[in-house]
Amino acid sequence: MTLATVLFALGVAGLLVRRNLLFILMSIEVMLNAAGLAFVAVGARWARADGQVMFIFILAMAASEVSVGLALVLQLYHQFESLDADAASQMKG
Amino acid sequence: MNVIAFYIAAGIAVVTTVLVITRKNAVQALLYLAISLISVAVIFYDLGAPFIAVLEVIIYAGSIIVLFIFVIMMLNLGQRATLAEAKLLQPRMWIGPALLAAILVSELAYLLARGNTGAPAAHVISPKQVGLALYGPYLIGVELSSMLLMAALVGAYHLGWHKQPKPETQDVHREYATSLDAGDGPVRAGSGRTAGAA
Repeated sequence: MTLATVLFALGVAGLLVRRNLLFILMSIEVMLNAAGLAFVAVGARWARADGQVMFIFILAMAASEVSVGLALVLQLYHQFESLDADAASQMKG
Repeated sequence: MNVIAFYIAAGIAVVTTVLVITRKNAVQALLYLAISLISVAVIFYDLGAPFIAVLEVIIYAGSIIVLFIFVIMMLNLGQRATLAEAKLLQPRMWIGPALLAAILVSELAYLLARGNTGAPAAHVISPKQVGLALYGPYLIGVELSSMLLMAALVGAYHLGWHKQPKPETQDVHREYATSLDAGDGPVRAGSGRTAGAA
């Protein structure tokens, strides 16, 4: 559980510190992974299968999230020619 | 549950995650991210969840990393990419991830050689139990996640494909003409559509 907390904190730090969209997505992956680790650890502690079921759901969610996120990154790159997250703040409409 | 193996894998996970968020080069960060995910998979195996460990390696370290690599390859095409490629082949680039991966492999071999996930303190939850829980009480969750995956598929396809419609045609042509000297025009114009397929 401590490991999951540390990994989650690192993911949050990466999310806040980096301005590159790819690194932001990687940090989100790290955070989701930490959440899944917490679920599995708790499930192993009480010897129930529920934690692993939840991890499978998190896995499906992470996969769909990263595919949509990367498609958005491609669009933003075509639009602004940069991967800076601040470039998207000028978007209108 | 083997405590020493757990702490080694946990240390590798934390170190590689720190390296992920401090690297400047995206490909290097991706290598470290893959090692981080694999070390978490070793932790899962150690916690008595072999099925989840396998899923972690296949889906996270397999398909998600491949998606990231596809996008990185699409984004910096041209001159810069060949330079980056030349840099990738230097040992300094891959020696760190390779070393950490070797540690994890030896740890996994040790765990496998010791027999089925060690001490009785660890309750091994078999894939059968997970499947029964998944398709029993959590059936509605399975349906919802299938809908989520379908929405993500359609959304990613739409976002990746939406590049060339009418209002931008003049822009695209101008950009195409100017970037022909740079040499990366055709690839960039076409890469929007391949995103959906990837």
